[in-house]
Amino acid sequence: MKPLINSLPETVFTTKVDDLLNWGRASSQWYMLFGLACCAIELMQTGGPRADLDRFGAVPRATPRQSDLMIVAGTLTYKMAKRTKLLYDQMPDPKYVISMGSCSNCGGLFQLAYSVCKGVDKIVPVDVYVPGCPPRPEALTEGLLRIQDKMMRERWLVKSNPPTEAAAGA
Amino acid sequence: MEPAEIFSRLEKQFSGKVSDFKGDVPEPYFLAESEAIVEICRFLRDDADLKFEVLSDQTAVDWPKEEKIQLVYHLYSYTCRHQTVFKVNLPRDNPKIGTVEDIWKVANWFEREIFDLFGVIFEGHSDLRRILLPEDWEGFPLRKDYIEQEEYDGISTQRAPLVEKLLR
Repeated sequence: MKPLINSLPETVFTTKVDDLLNWGRASSQWYMLFGLACCAIELMQTGGPRADLDRFGAVPRATPRQSDLMIVAGTLTYKMAKRTKLLYDQMPDPKYVISMGSCSNCGGLFQLAYSVCKGVDKIVPVDVYVPGCPPRPEALTEGLLRIQDKMMRERWLVKSNPPTEAAAGA
Repeated sequence: MEPAEIFSRLEKQFSGKVSDFKGDVPEPYFLAESEAIVEICRFLRDDADLKFEVLSDQTAVDWPKEEKIQLVYHLYSYTCRHQTVFKVNLPRDNPKIGTVEDIWKVANWFEREIFDLFGVIFEGHSDLRRILLPEDWEGFPLRKDYIEQEEYDGISTQRAPLVEKLLR
């Protein structure tokens, strides 16, 4: 991660506003304190001292309104799926989702059950899928770093997307 | 008391309402008539020699070929250190039985669970609604002929067929 280019030695940094914003966002991913099943135990381990998500600026927040990142950790039932959608809708933009473990990726071991949702991507858009049952803390940390990469590529001031037809007509 | 003694005591009290004692299994059981379930349960709890204070488990089994749903009651007595199991057969098309909620408070949630998953109606239950599944769920999933809905509340329940992927 090298967004800040040292052009004037020692006193002044110059960078792009987008890069500065992205750097700030990527270095303070507040994830929602939200666990559904056994993956949640591994999520706690990842937040604990050994794997230590805190060193990437990722700290758990107990409310969706202060969160940037949702880590769906565990088996998602239909009953919980509706609530997960609600939590996702309550998060402020820009927001990101990590699907952690086989269950939230595709239903996993329980995908034949009548009550289990076949993947969290049927409910909310997912940015990173972390495989494993459950994934080790190293794997989840890698997932967080992939989210950081994605954040660093975001453009806020200058939209890199080609203008849509409606926008071009106006 | 041994299971056979418990059964013979019940037989004396409720002749014709309990039957088919089976003693050569790890947990001996007998059958009880569904009409007499409440009085049998009350007797099991209040009798000085039986004293079944605890309903350890109450569950159900679906037997589609025999057209019946079988309720299973597991009782335990902390005072007398003995246990018993009994089963009740209900017709599959209209399963109805009296509640034992007034006798053992825990039956409230057990019966709600059985209602949720098997659709058994407990008459006289104070709060008979779904306990695990969402309120608007259709069908009773632990019945053998349950068919999963195409989608639930706008969420697709379909998944990519696994075998096709493996064959490719």
